[in-house]
Amino acid sequence: MTDIVKNQELVEIPEVVQTSGDVRRSRIIGFVLLAIAAVVLGVFSFGVPSDATSTFNLSLPTDTIQGVSVSFNSRLFSGVAAVLIFALGVDRLRAKNLRWTNAALGVGLLLFVLAFLAWASADSSFSMVGMLRSTVISSIVITLGALTGLVGERSGVINIGIEGQLLSAAFVAVVLSSAFGTWAGVGGALVIGALLGALLAWLAIRFRVDQIIAGVVINILALGLTSFLASRVLSEAQDLNAPARITSWRIPVLADIPVIGPMFFDHTFFVYATFLLVFALHFGLFRTRWGLRVRSVGEHPKAADTLGIDVIKTRYRAVISAGLIAGFGGAFLALAQISRFEENMTGGIGFIGLAAMIFGRWMPFGALAAGLVFGFSGALAQKVAILGTGIPSEFMLMLPYVATVIVVAGLVGGARPPAADGQPYIKQ
Amino acid sequence: MSLELSGITKRFPGVVANDDVSLSLAPGEVVALLGENGAGKSTLMNILYGLYTADEGTIKVDGEELVFDSSADAIAAGIGMVHQHFMLVPVFTVTENVVLGLEPTTVGGVIDRDQARKTVMEISERYNLAVDPDALIENISVGVQQRVEIIKVLDREARFVVFDEPTAVLTPQEVDDFFGIVEGLKADGKGIVFITHKLGEAIDVADRIVVMRSGKTVAEVLPQDVTQQDLADLMVGRPVDLKVPKAEANPGEVVLSVQDLEVLDDRNVKAVDKVSFEVRAGEIVGVAGVQGNGQTELIEGITGLSEVVGGKVTIAGKEVTSASPRELHSMGVSHIPEDRQESGLVLNFTVTENMVLDSYYEEPYSKGIVMDWEYTRESAKRLVEQYDVRTPGTEVAVSTLSGGNQQKVIVAREFDRDVQLVIAAQPTRGIDVGSIEYIHSQIVAKRDAGAAVLVVSSELDEVRALSDRIIVLFHGKVAGEFGPDAAVTDIGLAMLGSGQ
Repeated sequence: MTDIVKNQELVEIPEVVQTSGDVRRSRIIGFVLLAIAAVVLGVFSFGVPSDATSTFNLSLPTDTIQGVSVSFNSRLFSGVAAVLIFALGVDRLRAKNLRWTNAALGVGLLLFVLAFLAWASADSSFSMVGMLRSTVISSIVITLGALTGLVGERSGVINIGIEGQLLSAAFVAVVLSSAFGTWAGVGGALVIGALLGALLAWLAIRFRVDQIIAGVVINILALGLTSFLASRVLSEAQDLNAPARITSWRIPVLADIPVIGPMFFDHTFFVYATFLLVFALHFGLFRTRWGLRVRSVGEHPKAADTLGIDVIKTRYRAVISAGLIAGFGGAFLALAQISRFEENMTGGIGFIGLAAMIFGRWMPFGALAAGLVFGFSGALAQKVAILGTGIPSEFMLMLPYVATVIVVAGLVGGARPPAADGQPYIKQ
Repeated sequence: MSLELSGITKRFPGVVANDDVSLSLAPGEVVALLGENGAGKSTLMNILYGLYTADEGTIKVDGEELVFDSSADAIAAGIGMVHQHFMLVPVFTVTENVVLGLEPTTVGGVIDRDQARKTVMEISERYNLAVDPDALIENISVGVQQRVEIIKVLDREARFVVFDEPTAVLTPQEVDDFFGIVEGLKADGKGIVFITHKLGEAIDVADRIVVMRSGKTVAEVLPQDVTQQDLADLMVGRPVDLKVPKAEANPGEVVLSVQDLEVLDDRNVKAVDKVSFEVRAGEIVGVAGVQGNGQTELIEGITGLSEVVGGKVTIAGKEVTSASPRELHSMGVSHIPEDRQESGLVLNFTVTENMVLDSYYEEPYSKGIVMDWEYTRESAKRLVEQYDVRTPGTEVAVSTLSGGNQQKVIVAREFDRDVQLVIAAQPTRGIDVGSIEYIHSQIVAKRDAGAAVLVVSSELDEVRALSDRIIVLFHGKVAGEFGPDAAVTDIGLAMLGSGQ
C-alpha cells in the first residue's frame, strides 16, 4: 500500500474573518465586565469589614480526611478579583483577539461568583466542596436531557418534549419502585421514556407534524397526566410515593481523595452511568457505523438515502433510543435526587437540558460541560440560600434559568446544528 | 452484460414525466441522454436508480427483470449514479462520504478507518482521481467533490454509471479532465449514461445520443450523423436560434461602480475580496466563474442583502454601499435574484401579489395604507400579457407555474419601469429554451434602452452569448477581464485561477 500523499492543492481551508458584529460583542462584554468589576469592588469588597475572614471548607463531615479548608481576608480577595475583572473588561474594550471574548466573560463570571461567595461567607465558613458535589448531582438530569436532545437532533429530529419524557419517567419510576423495587422503577422509566420518544418520532416522521408542536404536545400530555394521577392516585395511596432508598456506591481509595473524591466518586450508580454514557455516545457517534449513519441522516438525508440507508428507520431508532436516556434521567431525578414524586417536579429542567445541548454544540462532552455549568448555578442557589445573606431565596432560585437565558442568547453564536435538523424527510 | 429500460411510464399529479420511454446500454458504451429541463431525463434516471417507482415498464439487467424499491436495490444490481447536486455530506471527510452505507468495520460496528482510507486511495490511484481522503467536503472544490462522487460509485462496484449534468459546475479545463475520466471508465468496460443539455458535449463524448422531449424519446442518433443545430431542433421541437441576436453595444456614462468590495459569506469567510469593476449605461457585463467563487456574495453585497465589510458601491455617482434594497429600488435598480423560489417569489402568493412585491407600498398600487387591488390586478393582467407569462390566470398561486413562467413573472416585475441598472443572477437557470430565448431578448432590450446590465451566470455559454464584456471571478477576486470574442480556453484558465 502506497503512502497517502497529501495534496495541498486539493484542499482549501477558508480563513474566517472577524465581523463588525464580533467587535460590537467584544465591546458590549467589555462594558458588562467593567460593571461587574464595580459591583465586586463596591459591594463585595467594601461591603465587609476590612478584617473579615472568609473560610471555604474543602472537606465534608463524611470525608476520611478532615479539616481541609482555605481562609483569606474577604475584602482583599474581592478587591483582587475586581482588579482582574476590570483588566479583562478593558482588554475586551480594545476588541482584539476576538476569539477570546467568551472565555473572558466566563473567567469574569467565575471571579464574580468567587467574590460573591467570599462576601456571603465573611466571618463564617462555606462548604465549597459541598457545593461542587451538589453541582455534579444537579448536572446529571441536565446532561441526560441534553444527550436525549442531541441523539435526536443528530438524526434530524428536534425534541422539545424532553421535559415531558423526564416527568413521565419520574412518575413511573416512583410508582414502580415503591411497588416492586428500584430496578422495576428504572426499567419502567426507560420504557416510558422510549414510548414517548416513539410517539414523538411517529408524529414527526410518519405524519410530519411540526416537530416543535409535537414536542409541546408531549409536554402538555405528560404534565396533565402525571398531575392528575398524582392528585388522584398518589394522594390516596401514599405508599406508592415512597420509592426504595438508593445507596451510594462509594469507590474505594478514589473516594478518599479530598475535593475530587466527594465530587465524583461517592454517588449512586446513575451518576457513574451518566459519565460512561457520555464517553460511549461520543465514541458511538464518531467512530462507529451507527454514528456515521445517524449523523448522515441528520446532515443530508437525501445523500444517505441514495446510498441505501433507510432514513426513516434510522430516525425512528435514534429518537426512540434517545427516549431511553430521558427515561433514565427521569428515574435519577425521582429516585436518587428527590426520592418522591411531586407535581411538575421537573420544573423546566428538560428545557435547560435543551439549552445545554446547544451550548455544548451538539457534542456529548459539550453536553456534559454545559450540564456542569447549569448544575453549578443550581447548586450555588441552594447553598447560598443556607448562608442567609439577606438575598431573597426566590431570587437565587432564578439563577439556573437566568444562566440559561444568558447562555442561549449570548454565548452560542457560531454553533452549527445538524444541517437537516427539524426537517421531515419526504421520499418520492 | 447489458442494461435495458423498456416502456417506462411515470405520472406525477398533472404531468406525465415519462411516457413509454425505452433506453438500452451496453458495457463500454457512452450514451448521451439529451433534453431540455423538464423533458423527463432526471425522472427516468431516478427510476433506474430506485428513487422513484415507475408506474409501467420494466428494467432488465443482463436480461433479468428487476424491481428497484430503493437505491440499495439499484446499487446491488451494479448501477451507480453521480447526481447533479452532489450527494455529499459537507461536514464529513472524503473517506466518510465514500464508505457511508458500506462501512468496513471491526468488532461491534466500529469503523475500520485504515481500511476505509485504503479503499479510497486504491480507487483514487487506479482511476487517477486525485483526492485527499481526510479533507472535509466543505473545504474542497466542486471539481474534486465530483471525483469523490465517482469514487463512491466505483467503491460500490457499479457496472453502469449515470452522470446527471456532470459538466454544469465545471470549468472548461475540468470538463476536459472529466472526459478523460469517462474514457477511462469506458475502457474499463463500464456502461455510461451521460445526461446533458449541452449539445457540443453530447457530440464529443457519446457513442449514441438519445433525445427526449416532453417525457418521450423523440430521436436516437449517432453523433457523427448530426450537427448541434439538428440536436437543438430535435430537443426543442422547432428550429431555435442558438445565438442571442443583439447589435453592437454603445456604452455611455458609468452607472455602477464597484471599488475594492469585500463581502463575507455565511461562514464569515471573505467570499468577495477587493473586487473592482464598472458597468456603463448601454452595456452588458457578464460575471463568469465556477459556482461558489463569490458570485452570490458579490450580488448580495451590491444589492444590500449582505453586509459589506470593505470598499464601496456607487450607482450613478451616488454612494450606495450597504443601502437597503428599497433605497436601491427607488433609484431604478432591478434585481433578478439567483434563486427564484427562495428569494424571487413568495410561492404561495398569487401572480398579482408577486408582481407588486417590490412596489406595493407606493402609488398607484396603494393609497396611504390601503392597497388598490383593482388597479393592481389590472396591471398584473397587462404584465402577464406583455411578458408572455403562461398562466391560467393572475389569481393563481405562482407555485403552480412552470419554472420558466415563474422567472418571467420576476422579469415582468423587475423590468416594467424605468431602470438604470439591471442586476440579473442566473437569469435562466433550469428553465426551458423558449423562456431562455425570451428572457435573453428582454435583457438585451433593456440594454438597448440605455440601462447598465450586470449578468451573473454559471453557464459560460450564457455569459458569452449575452455579454459585451466579461469578468471572471476566482476565489472572490477578479481573475481576468475579457471581450465578447475571447477564446473559451482563456476564460476557462481564468476560472481556474491560472489566467493572466
